[in-house]
Amino acid sequence: MANEETLRSETLPSGILSVGLGEVRRQVPADEPPPLPPNAELSVIGRPVARHDGRAKVTGATRFTVDVALPGMLYGRILRSPMPHATVRRIDVSAAARHPGIRAVLVIARPEDPASSVLRYVGAPVAAVAANSLAAADEALRLVQVEYESLPFVVDLNRAREPTAAPVHDSTSVPPGYSSGYPAPAGLPLKGNVRGPAIIGRGDIAQGFEQAEIHVEGEYVTHVQTHCCLEPHAIVADWRGDGLTVYMSTQYTAGVRHELAEAFGLPLSRVRVIVEGMGGGFGSKSTLGSYGRYAVTLSRQAQAPVRIVLDRKEEQTDAGNRPGTWQRVHLGARHDGSLTSISIVSYGTAGVALGAGVGNIAGSLYTCPNFESAQYDVFINAGPGCAMRAPGAVPGAWGLEQAVDAIAERLILDPLALRDRIDPSQVRREQRRIGAQRIGWQHRHAPGADPGPVKRGLGVAQSLWGANVQINAACEVRVMRDGSVEVLSSVQDIGTGTGTVLAQVVAEVLGLPIETIVVRIGDTEFPAGPPSYGSRATASITPPARTAAWRVLQSLCRENAPALHAAPEDLVARAGRIEVRGDPSRSISFGEAAMRLRTDCVSAVASRADDYGGFRQRMGDAAIAQQDLGGVQFAAVAVDTETGVIRVERVVAIQDCGRPINPRQIESQVHGGVLMGLSFALFEERILDQHSGRMVNPNLEQYKLAGSRETPDIDVVILENYQGTSATDAYGIAEPSNIATAPAIGNAVYNAIGVRVRSVPMTPATVLAALGSTPARH
Amino acid sequence: MGAAPIILAHAAVGCGESSGIGPGIIGVSLSVNGRLRALQVEPRTTLAEALRGALGLTGTKIACNRGACSACTVWLDGAPVCSCTLLAIDIGTRSVTTIEGLSRGDSLHPVQAAFVEHDALQCGFCTPGMVMSCAALLRGTPHPTASDIQDAISGHVCRCGTYPHVIAATLAAAKANRAQ
Repeated sequence: MANEETLRSETLPSGILSVGLGEVRRQVPADEPPPLPPNAELSVIGRPVARHDGRAKVTGATRFTVDVALPGMLYGRILRSPMPHATVRRIDVSAAARHPGIRAVLVIARPEDPASSVLRYVGAPVAAVAANSLAAADEALRLVQVEYESLPFVVDLNRAREPTAAPVHDSTSVPPGYSSGYPAPAGLPLKGNVRGPAIIGRGDIAQGFEQAEIHVEGEYVTHVQTHCCLEPHAIVADWRGDGLTVYMSTQYTAGVRHELAEAFGLPLSRVRVIVEGMGGGFGSKSTLGSYGRYAVTLSRQAQAPVRIVLDRKEEQTDAGNRPGTWQRVHLGARHDGSLTSISIVSYGTAGVALGAGVGNIAGSLYTCPNFESAQYDVFINAGPGCAMRAPGAVPGAWGLEQAVDAIAERLILDPLALRDRIDPSQVRREQRRIGAQRIGWQHRHAPGADPGPVKRGLGVAQSLWGANVQINAACEVRVMRDGSVEVLSSVQDIGTGTGTVLAQVVAEVLGLPIETIVVRIGDTEFPAGPPSYGSRATASITPPARTAAWRVLQSLCRENAPALHAAPEDLVARAGRIEVRGDPSRSISFGEAAMRLRTDCVSAVASRADDYGGFRQRMGDAAIAQQDLGGVQFAAVAVDTETGVIRVERVVAIQDCGRPINPRQIESQVHGGVLMGLSFALFEERILDQHSGRMVNPNLEQYKLAGSRETPDIDVVILENYQGTSATDAYGIAEPSNIATAPAIGNAVYNAIGVRVRSVPMTPATVLAALGSTPARH
Repeated sequence: MGAAPIILAHAAVGCGESSGIGPGIIGVSLSVNGRLRALQVEPRTTLAEALRGALGLTGTKIACNRGACSACTVWLDGAPVCSCTLLAIDIGTRSVTTIEGLSRGDSLHPVQAAFVEHDALQCGFCTPGMVMSCAALLRGTPHPTASDIQDAISGHVCRCGTYPHVIAATLAAAKANRAQ
């Protein structure tokens, strides 16, 4: 934190635009740029400009990791366990090694090593090879002879909880703790396959329930969802005597560089990670991963570049997933709607891994003095889960937001009126107001009121997500003597439009058209940028981009002030010119100004300052801002009570992300959040065969995803919500837009049919069972 | 809906004197983006692999490799097909158009321009295939409804959820056509 002499006092815009803007005074580090006015006063920031890389993407020119082909490159493939639980007694790779196309063989499950010889899920890596062609690699894998000794297994969450269930882990193999996704703290007790509880809370829930005048209790279930990135997990590792270069489809180039340096004993300066096009991650490409380590190891062994691209089956079984959960939600309330107590007990499974909680949304979304959640991880013999778009909060909101709806019904209160009473957020109050108008909430009828077999309903749900910031985030801006401008950072663009918002920020500062800004990102040779996860990229990298551009502009102004007979601080950049403030007749073009530079290039590197006014919490390189991110979503559904088919006809999503930098890109991202939530609510389910432990739908046709035909009309409204907390005041949108969709649909389904479907996906069979038309499936 | 059924004959492969095809490498020629390209493939090589590998046309993407996601969509005699479910040796004399062959020099196809304008892409991995299907739709149906477009892309998977903007972009491209 800067000391007092290096701070200056500034007045920044503050508040929600549609409610009315005010100002806030903040102490700002002296080397930060001046306050940025509201979007209405800006020319590039806040505009729906086209993506800087749009042309490359629509012409197929963008180079994704799967498109990288280096001279002499080999193709890596991984042999995977056909058994859900087994010990490798013997493995013979000699025939594989003799295959003419094979250049390197790696035994992963080593019989002599107890830590690696036990395989705990179908798809667990056993061995890997690198060959001259993909076909040769596959042929060689078929020549590997493995003797498996089968062990008892369990792949069902409920069965795994039974005391007699086959243990998935022993005391040496159980993961110590899990820091990504929803954290599972270290040191929790393990009993059978059940680990926990992780308890968080405040007040006294027993006392709170005694004070309650009504109680709502319910059980809610979510099934495992897989990430289904269109670009598979992919890496090209090029190990050379002088260092390691890795092309990787990753959400965090700088983080992968750290992992590689540590894993292979290399200095950071000798490891380079590059990603150009990045075909989706959603949390599953946050780390190096085991396949990444295998590729580097094979490359080192073969002395040649090695490419590993997972196939779709590997994607579905061993590339992460959103854990499945069961939870019991108990709310106590008074007749006026105020909550007296919230209790959550959850059992979730991330397969062999940890982190299957339901988050903390139940403890933070509404005012309630007494809260406790007890969350358990349950191990099963299935591939490891990992973070997926709003980990914890998605299943958490599925339970909480339906329980809150049930309170409203018991009290004969409008669900929006109840939320007005128990939700202290002014932002969400405004979001509810806007959303109610746009969805036509006043036409909402009583549950099951439609006369025919097709029942329509409206529902609402809310989301809450921390405004994450990466402090270890830097950006460089260069101006060349010919007037060309570059913005550089290792930050990657995973499809969210990070490169474009960087160009917008720099163009705004320098008064240039956005097309003139060259974006060079996704390469650790540039200043270390933030990860693209936790909805933090924009919040972390746009402030240093603005700061760096502003510092470069200051250099430019200093060099040109004498010729314009003005003080440097009286010069401004506007419409492609450097001019004297208030006297546009005294100006020169940006290009002419650049020609006066003392050197060919003037550059500035800036890093993310602390939020003006400080953070709520700081954890190493990361921090959480004072304010939250969230949103309110409304859904209109039609439920066919004869077939059980739910059709979502309309979704209204009112979201906030601080200052919106590119409203069109944000709209795109919210479409994605809503559709991923809709798909989770209605279609997606990883199905494991109880008898073999195999996933029976490890593909993209039987693992059902919402497609164009299932896409409803989606109405997106983005609030301009100024906080005055950074050089751009911009925050994230990815995760908050994915949390409320499923419970909004769930509440709409209840409003349509008068029966609560408590389990996602709400398939026709689930709906018919809930209606009592057919026996329950499980 | 979407792609018309394709019936292919094993024909016009330059497999030399041998009576059968393969299993070794054989020579074929493919008409791709208006050019005749000679290449060496194994009989098991799919069209998608041949395009991406031997021909270096990596704009065509492989995401599921079994015809379930349409990321690999190219045109075969103008009709959209999944290139991951066709063998290169089966293409014969039919003409293949890939995403690289859609624009004319520096000038984008109207669907490509509309995709950029309407932000009908996010990560961009499904985009080439999506563009090929929407452009194919406009050839046969110059003035489609939103529902026509939904049908045309119903076999495409986009995990980023760009469908609303894809539909808006294709409608806009059709409208621009009408204005001409």
